[in-house]
Amino acid sequence: MSRRGSRPAPGAAEAIDPDVDLHVPAQRAEPQGRVLAAVAVGGALGASARYGISLLWPAAPGAFPWATLWINASGCALIGVLMVLISEGGRTAPHPLLRPFAGVGVLGGFTTFSTYAMDFSRLLDEGEARSALAYAGLTVVAALGAVWAAASVTRFAVRGPVAR
Amino acid sequence: MNWLLVVAGAVVGAPLRYLTDRAVQQRHDSVFPWGTFVVNAVGCLVLGVLTGAAMAGAASSWVVLLLGPGLCGALSTYSTFSYETLRLAERGWGFLAAANAVVSVLVGLGAVHLGSQVARQLFA
Repeated sequence: MSRRGSRPAPGAAEAIDPDVDLHVPAQRAEPQGRVLAAVAVGGALGASARYGISLLWPAAPGAFPWATLWINASGCALIGVLMVLISEGGRTAPHPLLRPFAGVGVLGGFTTFSTYAMDFSRLLDEGEARSALAYAGLTVVAALGAVWAAASVTRFAVRGPVAR
Repeated sequence: MNWLLVVAGAVVGAPLRYLTDRAVQQRHDSVFPWGTFVVNAVGCLVLGVLTGAAMAGAASSWVVLLLGPGLCGALSTYSTFSYETLRLAERGWGFLAAANAVVSVLVGLGAVHLGSQVARQLFA
């Protein structure tokens, strides 16, 4: 055992997948019914919010699908906040159903990859190739920028007082 | 009524994403987020087929609501995809992060297009 003095391995909380990561031993247990129920209820709430926004802010034919872009960017910002709070937030462990409900359910159901792809395909079909490409790229940049910025700000807010 | 169809689809779609993610992860030991990649690709393909079928008049509006914004919307996810990409980059796997972003987007866009073209041929 020559591991003495070496840097510690990444912590178990350092999961890649925010929904479920089987690299984390605690998450390998078979999902319980209440976890699936929390995911389903959260998913219904998230999808309802997304559907409501799409009704209030419909994209006209050939128009840039701003509603889907904002839905995805804001959902990505919120998962950045949520995951930092859950994995690095407090001294007490979060409620075991918080992540299935809010992360997997609400935010997973709110954001959508399929509508994003369909918006792109629809713009192409309508002869708006430049809008389609701009939309495809802008969504990726907005989503990744939002999750990075939100996680960074939340991390600073959580760790700031501790570091003093 | 329309809202209930979306909810009914989402109640199935969100747990299906969770269970598929688990099932895919159990079959490999890579850090690459294949589970999310699979649900997003499948969600895009199904939505493509559905939209093509609707254009050809082979899918009623209630089926479109149930399976489109309901099932496919909740099955696929942008938040999990972006968080995984961020985590890969933060852990030092910059190449995997970039590959995840590029491959997920290209496959998703391709799947929706393929699905709708095939459905339009099938149901025309």
